[in-house]
Amino acid sequence: MKLSPDETIFWEHGFINLNLTIATTWAIMLVLAVASWMITKNLKKDLQISRWQSLLEIIVIAISNQIEEIGITQPRKYIGFIGTLFLYIATANLFIIFPWYQAPTGSISTTTALAVCVFLAIPFFGIAEKGIKDYLKSYVQPTIIMLPFNLISEISRTLALAIRLFGNIMSGGIIVAILLSVAPLLFPIIMNALGLLTGMVQAYIFSILATVYIAAAVKNTKSMKT
Amino acid sequence: MKIDWFTVIAQVINFIILVWLLKRFLYKPILNALDAREKKINDQLADAENKKAEAKFERDEFIRKNENFDADKQQLMEEAVTETKAERERLLKEARNDADALKKKQLATLKELQNNLIEEFEQNVQREVFSVSKKVLADIASINLEEQAVNNFIEQLSALKETERNQFIQSFKSGENHVLVQSAFNLAPALQHKIEIAIDNLLGTATAFDFKVKPDLIAGIEITANGYKLAWSISEYLDSLIKNVDETESEKLKSITKKESNAKS
Repeated sequence: MKLSPDETIFWEHGFINLNLTIATTWAIMLVLAVASWMITKNLKKDLQISRWQSLLEIIVIAISNQIEEIGITQPRKYIGFIGTLFLYIATANLFIIFPWYQAPTGSISTTTALAVCVFLAIPFFGIAEKGIKDYLKSYVQPTIIMLPFNLISEISRTLALAIRLFGNIMSGGIIVAILLSVAPLLFPIIMNALGLLTGMVQAYIFSILATVYIAAAVKNTKSMKT
Repeated sequence: MKIDWFTVIAQVINFIILVWLLKRFLYKPILNALDAREKKINDQLADAENKKAEAKFERDEFIRKNENFDADKQQLMEEAVTETKAERERLLKEARNDADALKKKQLATLKELQNNLIEEFEQNVQREVFSVSKKVLADIASINLEEQAVNNFIEQLSALKETERNQFIQSFKSGENHVLVQSAFNLAPALQHKIEIAIDNLLGTATAFDFKVKPDLIAGIEITANGYKLAWSISEYLDSLIKNVDETESEKLKSITKKESNAKS
């Protein structure tokens, strides 16, 4: 039994390999990009719009509002990163309704990659917003003694992000696999439905946490004090 | 359960590409469309607000104009009524004046008619009196009227007062020795002679006579010498008659006008 889609390798040449994780990710990317392109190529700016456009608008506005609620005043700057995190994870987890599908988020390599992206995005957005000096200063707040703790927290939360998503999705997959062997009728369906719910919740948690970290990094020290 | 670092790197790259793709095909167009729609709605709302304000302005303007129109109408009506009254007064006055003028003209015409009638009547009366007198005198005295008139004239001449006679003589003597005798009828030679003798006696000298017929005199004789005139005619006797007739006619006319004015009022 393969616990991770990384283990299903189609092609390998030394360090480079093409496994199920990468292939599934490409498929998800294709679906998302094509669907977006199909819907947005005939966007209407009138008062009456198509249902698909309405759906996309609802999704985009919901993400934007969520980001704003966390405390970021200009959600449009970050919607590309945070929105894509959510949409990718949600889509990847949603596709478990298809038989023999293995979510790429069930691979620790994917979750690590996403956590690394968040880890890199935090200083990127922080420096872009406040300047390198002010950003670095935030690591020695409130005193310099806190510097190691701040650094540890930075790394540990990234690790936690990766492990949390991986653990939840992988466990869901394994539970379904085990139940299939024990009780092949009905139960796997229930567990799959539960897995769907867990997957959505995890997508939400992952993006919200990323937003919180970014918000903390880009927030003004002045506004934080007030 | 180990981390495959190539997969990690590949997934990071995949994720970055996905971010770019979704930005390009999803967020940007959707957010732009939202902005455009929001702008459009705001524009329409602003436009509606403007139109509302404009409509309100138009309505206020209309109400104001209506009020002005009503006021103007009222004023014009009042002016028209006043003008009509004035015009009515003027026309009535004019009509009254015209009526007065017409009445005066009518009165004048009546008066003229009366005068004409009187004149005609007078002449008729004179003629009648003349013919009646002539006939009566002829019937009664068996002499014609001419002769009687001549006799009467000669009597008057002889009955002239001293001062009158002197005046006549002096005026006769101051000019040519010529006397003009005018009468209403052709004097018979005997009568002419009679007059010549009477005047000659009066003047105390022989005089040249010139006899002429003047029908206006009506059974009368008139002598003229250098502007001095002596005359006798029936006219004198008719004067009282004419006067009486005139008075009677005036009374009649007065009663007629009185009746007319009573009928008008």
